[in-house]
Amino acid sequence: MKKAILSGNEAIARGFWEGGGHFANAYPGTPSTEIVENLMKYPEIRAQWAVNEKTSLEIALGASFAGARSLVAMKHVGLNVAADPFFSASYIGSTGGLVIVTADDPGMHSSQNEQDNRWYALHAKVPLFEPTDSHEAKELTRQALSLSEEFDTPWLIRSTTRISHSLSIVELGEREEVEIKGYVPDFEKRNLLPVNARKRHEVVEERTIKLREFSEKFWGNRIEEGEDSIGVVANGISYQHAREAIPDATFLKLLMTWPLPDNLIREFASKVKKIFVVEEGDPYLETYLKAMNLGVEIIGKEKIPMTGELNPTIVREALLGQRPSYFEIPRIPHRPPALCPGCPHTPVFYILKRLKANVTGDIGCYTLGALPPLSSMDTCVEMGGSIGNAYGIEIAEAMKGLDPRKKKLVAVIGDSTFYHSGVTPLIDLFHNNGITTVIILDNSITAMTGHQENPGTDVGYRGIPKRRVDIEKLVRGIGVEHVYTVDSFDMKKLKEVINREIHRQEPSVIIAKRPCVLLPQMKKRKYTYAIADPEKCTSCTLCWKLGCPAISVTKDKKTWINPDLCVGCGVCIDVCPVDAIYLADPEADNARKAGEEVLGWVKKQQQ
Amino acid sequence: MGKKTTTVIVAGVGGQGILLASNLLSEAAMEAGYDVKKSEIHGMSQRGGDVISTVRFGEKVYSPIVGLGEADVILAFEKLEAMRNLPYLKKEGMVIVNDYRIDPLPVASGYMEYPEGIIEFLKERVKTIALDARELAEKAGNIRTMNVVLLGVLSKNLDIPEEIWLQVIERRVPPKAIDANKVAFRLGREVAEKAFAGV
Ligand SMILES: Cc1ncc(C[n+]2csc(CCOP(=O)(O)OP(=O)(O)O)c2C)c(N)n1
Ligand code: SF4
Ligand code: SF4
Repeated sequence: MKKAILSGNEAIARGFWEGGGHFANAYPGTPSTEIVENLMKYPEIRAQWAVNEKTSLEIALGASFAGARSLVAMKHVGLNVAADPFFSASYIGSTGGLVIVTADDPGMHSSQNEQDNRWYALHAKVPLFEPTDSHEAKELTRQALSLSEEFDTPWLIRSTTRISHSLSIVELGEREEVEIKGYVPDFEKRNLLPVNARKRHEVVEERTIKLREFSEKFWGNRIEEGEDSIGVVANGISYQHAREAIPDATFLKLLMTWPLPDNLIREFASKVKKIFVVEEGDPYLETYLKAMNLGVEIIGKEKIPMTGELNPTIVREALLGQRPSYFEIPRIPHRPPALCPGCPHTPVFYILKRLKANVTGDIGCYTLGALPPLSSMDTCVEMGGSIGNAYGIEIAEAMKGLDPRKKKLVAVIGDSTFYHSGVTPLIDLFHNNGITTVIILDNSITAMTGHQENPGTDVGYRGIPKRRVDIEKLVRGIGVEHVYTVDSFDMKKLKEVINREIHRQEPSVIIAKRPCVLLPQMKKRKYTYAIADPEKCTSCTLCWKLGCPAISVTKDKKTWINPDLCVGCGVCIDVCPVDAIYLADPEADNARKAGEEVLGWVKKQQQ
Repeated sequence: MGKKTTTVIVAGVGGQGILLASNLLSEAAMEAGYDVKKSEIHGMSQRGGDVISTVRFGEKVYSPIVGLGEADVILAFEKLEAMRNLPYLKKEGMVIVNDYRIDPLPVASGYMEYPEGIIEFLKERVKTIALDARELAEKAGNIRTMNVVLLGVLSKNLDIPEEIWLQVIERRVPPKAIDANKVAFRLGREVAEKAFAGV
């Protein structure tokens, strides 16, 4: 048997390939992104980035209508965006196998909440698999494809950060070739007019009974007998933590966690004196087990934390009372992520801070503009929230009889986020006579999640040319008249335009444009760096407030620029009032020139 | 080492090559016949945040991570990160630390001080090997071999044969850099040998 050490996400991709998968698409989101990224490497599969999660599910569902085995992957909050088609898809079922992967983020390593998406399975009546390692991730994905066809239902697979981003050993299999069936209309099944939907609901309830029977016999749901009278029920990564913490217990391992196998649970309960339910997040299994009246003591969230991730030490301490012994350390500086040296977002936030604007923000690299020293973003709610939030503030201020423009209200949103869910709120604001200024940070890429193409990019995966959606034309098409595209590095112009537009009594959109310095075309180059002359530096602190990671302060409070990190973008040169900063080699390549030369469009756009 | 699971926490700052190092370690452990699990948190790593990767190997590994007081070795690419992760180390564990400083943003922008005396702090508490891996990497002829220097030190403390390490390095690094990486690996091993000889 061929073996490889794969991450959970690589394994899911491999499982889809082995299972004869045809089409996959996704909107990126940590920790799910690498699933579709890996699928792009398989020539038999068409994989692509979608504009948002709702759209990605609708497209995959369409592909399933036509009999293609399809997959969509998203981070947990992505399923909120895709929830509408998700619930309908449950009624409609699948023709080609349809797998939906939700990658949850307990511990919020890179998310705004730690919602537990197992409830979505229960709520929408869609069967749920939860792997506990990479090998299972592969096997469950592979099998979910044919099971989805057999039971005529989309199939949900829930991963978490520690499944998606952990590597373990996988036994590789071959690909099963499956033919795409082709589209055959089926009005009663796929048109959810109430007259059809009522019948489909009956079908869903009958299907649930069959799925519950399947769950009883499924290989992934099983009792692992131990020496102890303690029983442990666990799912996903928690199973591994619990196995390590309480190795001798009797385990009920559950890989299929909706519908749950009632008989198997009862059999397990009859073998043990006490049940520990070990699960991250909500008491999903615990609530179910407690409602079954099993006649044994069940301990779950009384002891197991509801927030954050688990690990074996936490489980041991919570359930067995074993306190860890470890070294304490004094308080030390944290190491928050920061905008890169040469990041095009930096000057925009620097200016907003100077203008004392009130900024509603959104999600992307640019959310880091909320952290000190830039500290210029008041809110961050969810993808696409900034424009609606700012417009709502405008309404309330106006209703209070105040001039909302006095608040210097600005919504800031990234290009990928704007395409994802910023267009509809802008339409709303425009149509309902709003006046709030919107700044779109166009760095020509979806940077935060690792540089995926977005509709503003003209090349896709494997170098496939793509049509570019021009943001300025799009915004003008809505009807906004005051639209200005400004080079993010032209700080003088940018400040002038922002200051003018935040006082305008009409809606306006400013597109701050500059490529991300980590674009592959930019990264290949070798740049010169800036030097701060300690003789000239007056310690005025202005350049420190950029938050550029290359800039630091010496013991005698002078600016020092780390030549290893600096990319010579020159933004600090522009903010220095006494000309203390200069480029080591003004003729050499630097990030500012590269942005203009490599991509050409910054200049072209302004003509 | 036998049935026991060994846990190494590789810690540092985004951009330091931590994930490559933990990949090499996982592969070497797999080739040596162990069950292996590796976990990494890299959501924001590109933007200079701290990066942690946990590698665990043994006869059968369950969890890919450990909690407080459980790791056998901390391999730190930056000294503040060694300190940050010390609570995860077993009391009888070991720290291998690159005597190298990268100022985090709160220090760089003047809000906080970088702690003094980190290496001494570590040495007072646990077995610590501190080295200037950057200097050794330069000596090996390629500054980017810093992570392999550190793996060299680590390799002396693990039950994985040297030939396997060298094979994995040969397979995983770009052809042009193989020689420099092999030298870097040897320089790291020498540091560990000297540390054990009490020199
Ligand atoms: C609903 C939802 N989907 C996906 C994500 C993950 N995510 C966070 S930021 C981001 C991309 C932002 O890209 P862009 O707006 O271009 O800003 P940049 O990072 O390039 O500055 C994504 C995909 C999320 N947080 N929420
Ligand atoms: S990846 Fe690009 S957009 Fe993100 S912080 Fe770095 S330069 Fe800025
Ligand atoms: S030129 Fe200045 S702002 Fe730009 S990367 Fe270098 S130090 Fe940072």
